[in-house]
Amino acid sequence: MSDIFAARSQMAMSLVFHIVFAAIGVALPLMMVIAEGLWLRTRDAAYLCVAKRWAKGTAILFAVGAVSGTVLSFELGLLWPRFMGFAGAAIGMPFSLEGFAFFTEAIFLGIYLYGWKRVSPGIHLLAGAIVAVSGVASAMFVCLANGWMNTPTGFRLVNGQLTDINVWQAMRNPAGLPEAIHMILASYCAAGFATAGVHALLALRDRSNRFHQRAIAIALLVGGSAVVAQAVSGDALARMTARNVPTKLAAMEGDFQTRSGAPLHIGGLPDVRTRETKYSIEIPDGLSLLAFHSPHATVQGLDKTPQDEWPNVLVVHIAFQIMVGLGTLLICVALVGAWLAWRNGPLIENRRFLQLLALCSPLGFVALESGWVVTEVGRQPWIIYHVMRTSAAVTTMPGLTTPLVLFTGLYLILAAIVIWLMSRHVIASPREAEIRAIAGNEVPLHARP
Amino acid sequence: MRAPEMLLALILMASVTFYVLLGGADYGGGVWDLLANGPRRQEQRELISNAITPVWEANHVWLVLVVVLLFAGFPAAFAAITTALNIPLTVLVIGIVMRGSSFVFRAYHTGDYRTHRRWGLIFAIASTVTPICLGVVVGAISSGHVLVRDGISINGFLAPWLGTFPLVVGLFALSLFVFLAAVYLTVEARERALQEDFRRKALVSGAIVAAMALGTFLAARTGAPQIYSGLLRPSLVWIVQGATALYAIAAFVALLTRKYKVARIAAMLQVGLILWGWGMSQSPFFLQGDMTVSAAAAAPPVLWALIGATAAGLLVLFPSIGYLMQLFKANNEDIPLH
Repeated sequence: MSDIFAARSQMAMSLVFHIVFAAIGVALPLMMVIAEGLWLRTRDAAYLCVAKRWAKGTAILFAVGAVSGTVLSFELGLLWPRFMGFAGAAIGMPFSLEGFAFFTEAIFLGIYLYGWKRVSPGIHLLAGAIVAVSGVASAMFVCLANGWMNTPTGFRLVNGQLTDINVWQAMRNPAGLPEAIHMILASYCAAGFATAGVHALLALRDRSNRFHQRAIAIALLVGGSAVVAQAVSGDALARMTARNVPTKLAAMEGDFQTRSGAPLHIGGLPDVRTRETKYSIEIPDGLSLLAFHSPHATVQGLDKTPQDEWPNVLVVHIAFQIMVGLGTLLICVALVGAWLAWRNGPLIENRRFLQLLALCSPLGFVALESGWVVTEVGRQPWIIYHVMRTSAAVTTMPGLTTPLVLFTGLYLILAAIVIWLMSRHVIASPREAEIRAIAGNEVPLHARP
Repeated sequence: MRAPEMLLALILMASVTFYVLLGGADYGGGVWDLLANGPRRQEQRELISNAITPVWEANHVWLVLVVVLLFAGFPAAFAAITTALNIPLTVLVIGIVMRGSSFVFRAYHTGDYRTHRRWGLIFAIASTVTPICLGVVVGAISSGHVLVRDGISINGFLAPWLGTFPLVVGLFALSLFVFLAAVYLTVEARERALQEDFRRKALVSGAIVAAMALGTFLAARTGAPQIYSGLLRPSLVWIVQGATALYAIAAFVALLTRKYKVARIAAMLQVGLILWGWGMSQSPFFLQGDMTVSAAAAAPPVLWALIGATAAGLLVLFPSIGYLMQLFKANNEDIPLH
């Protein structure tokens, strides 16, 4: 294995691992705060039980997310020192701000998790809300830095060096904000559907349990509204990409030819040799409509880019199709759920819908990871679009296969343990007696002025 | 301050200091978990765990802040360090992952004692290895062997850090963390007997710190000659060294007379001054003998922006940390965490 391939694999693997925890760290605190808010309003003990279970989950997942995030901050240097030496000053600001957001998150998560008996209910809820907001801020800052790698701004390139760096302009790069919004919504969507699905699976076996009923309602509300909003955010991101990173859009769409009235390829396999996308459903003018909101707009195809600057078109196109396909599917599930809830009352009564939710459980995360593949692989061979190639950024350290194997093994073990712990402590069905015990323990304390 | 790079370097040093005083003690706690002994072994471990649980993640973020300020403000130094010290840094991050995850896994394995202990063992070993790696990195930076030209490490990937001096600094760092933890735990222990346990541990580890300090100084003669000669030249560093010695003695006396809160403050000042003494003898170099602070620094507008952002961030951060500490470290240990 070549060292650059090992480095790229290690970075990809670390991100694929971390992103799951980061996404849950963005979304689960919001869900847990909603549950606690409902408990304070309704005094329905099942809501408190949901909040406490999800808080436990957040504790485990946040810890693993925190350490795997630390690994990434080091890996930026361990794998890509020449990139960091070159561009650290330009992308450092969002990372520094992310550091403070992470601080706030960690501090108030400590207060939320271990302060149930030390602070008043209002302050406790506020601590949870601060965790939820700072999680969103962290995700935003990281995406602003990644956006800069796609659409670098705020500097002049003189003699191969970045000069006159303006960190605020660099942060306001065109890709940053649309990417951040897309990622934050993706986190809500992925974590919401995953949680709803797991509770649906358990509810199928234990349908009278009000714990699962409450959990599904909150998770589906968060995940479902996010996935519907995602359609709008995805459109904005795609139009930004068409204008600023046309090669990536062309690879996403498997679009080899520049033309006006470009068709949209749904599915299909791009063949780089023959320069066509086979077996796809073609919608005339579809791509022009989507990318520029005009049926006759000219969309740049891959033919405008020298072939040695193409990303892996097959991977990018397929990952994009998976993301969009699953997103559309989840929008349908969310709409069906909303309709059923409005017409028939509690969703937990509907066995078929619970089965559907359980089947959809992993799909949000599959879509999120595919989207990440689209943005990262789609930027190749550049680490900074049109400024620095990935091959020029990699470390000179030899033998990079060794850390790749080490970290892959480590993360596989961690993933297995986390899944096992979550199934035992967070999502297992509580007995009615346990729900009451949790509330019984809490009511007098929370009732204190 | 005229030079923004010196100001940011001071902020960086302050962040390192906070990390050592807060996060370092959490590592030290892990070592005391490994060394728990006597009839109150179980109680010692529980005390350590309760002391670390609500705060370790917040304390850990200081390290993240150090890393991001380093690459944002001093990208050339970050690139050189991560290239030449790739191996100890890789071990360091593996240690960080193992420590954090095993700690939280242990917390959820309360039912099954053997599994609980197994996670505890991984936690304790990772808590021992990680500080040594941190010290090795600091030692290597001080030794003058971290030389990177055009992305290539001139001394290869072993020689910059695999030597007596970096390893001695690694053990010195470990001893400091262990000492801090023992002193803090004397304050946090509610029971008299537990307090006595940690008082004894604090006295022993304090003596080891003194020995390690001397050992590091002697090893610097060949391992970090520039720093060694800097320490011998009369300068402000001497005053800092003198103050360090005084606080070390104060911490000892306070421990002997069971004035634990005084001992905590003295130990914090002692360890903080050791760090600043190192920083002063290192200056004006970032990488000893090769790259000065100003050579490593980004352009002034970038630095000023970072300083401004850090100042704004700290305005939010310090009240929050104060609130966290007040909730969990202000003599209300009788309220359960769960």
